[in-house]
Amino acid sequence: MSAVEAIRAAVATLPDPEIPVLTLADLGILRGVERAPDGHVVVTLTPTYSGCPAIDPILEDVERVVRAGGHDQVEVRLQLAPAWTTDWITDDGRRKLLEYGIAPPERRAHGCSTLAAGSVPCPRCGSDDTRQVSRFGATPCQAHHACNACGEPFDRFKPI
Amino acid sequence: MTASTTTAASVGRYALALGDDALILAQRLSAWSSSAPELEEDLALTNIALDLLGQARTLLSRAGGLEGEGRTQDDLAYLRGEREFRNVLLVELPNGDFAQTIARQLLFSTYQLELYERLERSSDEVLAGVAAKAVKEVAYHRDHARLWTLRLGDGTQESHDRMQAAVDRAWPYTGELFTGDDDWPALAAAGVAVDPAVLRDGWDEFVDATLAEATLARPETSWYPAGGREGLHTEALGYLLAEMQSLHRAHPGASW
Repeated sequence: MSAVEAIRAAVATLPDPEIPVLTLADLGILRGVERAPDGHVVVTLTPTYSGCPAIDPILEDVERVVRAGGHDQVEVRLQLAPAWTTDWITDDGRRKLLEYGIAPPERRAHGCSTLAAGSVPCPRCGSDDTRQVSRFGATPCQAHHACNACGEPFDRFKPI
Repeated sequence: MTASTTTAASVGRYALALGDDALILAQRLSAWSSSAPELEEDLALTNIALDLLGQARTLLSRAGGLEGEGRTQDDLAYLRGEREFRNVLLVELPNGDFAQTIARQLLFSTYQLELYERLERSSDEVLAGVAAKAVKEVAYHRDHARLWTLRLGDGTQESHDRMQAAVDRAWPYTGELFTGDDDWPALAAAGVAVDPAVLRDGWDEFVDATLAEATLARPETSWYPAGGREGLHTEALGYLLAEMQSLHRAHPGASW
């Protein structure tokens, strides 16, 4: 494995600070790892939400893990375009969310059309008899739901 | 159109105006935290505020970079006085009751969605990037405001009266949304900015439909105050900035 590939592997497996079952690769926010002409490492990420508070810890974690791999000169760049969409979350990521108890976003997120979503299956009991409590939840990316069948509340990763 | 009409400085001032809109409204919405009518609304309003704050940070950083005087997003947020802020007056209106906050949100988010849908095509890659991300978030903001407008407008007599009063209060401040300052026509012609006048039709259509469905009357007024884009603000902004900036100003150079 080359040095760049090793760095990429280390960064890709970093956990998301807020939803630690997901890695940065699962989230689909890692755009690339390269070596600049002068030898310094450039890691490019795309932020999820405009105001996501996890981006600052993520940037620090990336710098830390690259330095730990023996590369002193590292730059983390934020690439805004194309904008991140939940469609970039991997299938593995969706499975992990469900196991963790968060309803994953459906694919083909298209802005307004997702606002009138159908019922979201309960991650605990699988029932379709669920209700949305609020479009906003504990993090910018999640909405709050509750299951009418088993009674448990759960978060849903919003399609965006 | 000559190159001098779209200088880095004029693009920076445009970014600052959009960033200030988002920053001041984020500050207003944050004040609801722990005071909203229900817990879910504490979360909703602060989530909207956080999205707006994220937009503001990127826009203010861009503005500082184009200005070229080394001002960071923090310098711009915490060390400018009222006369340097370029937000529209609508976002600095005091929160008032919940209906007034919702009315302000409906009118502003509808404008912001129309704006960002077009700004995605800006020739400035940072503005385009902010817009591409924000347009999806603002769709949720607008829908949240619309749903509350429907519930309150088509609700009890009291909620209806309060919602109508709220729309009446905010309405005069919407005129300013569709004007800009002297640089903007050139910036729009150069594909950097969006001419706010083109946003009017889409805004009217959505707002009118929402008000009608909420059994609310579209206000009639001939008074449309403006001046925010030139730094001429209402008294309310002074108090807002004093609260927002006091900690930073009390400890210059501090870091967490």
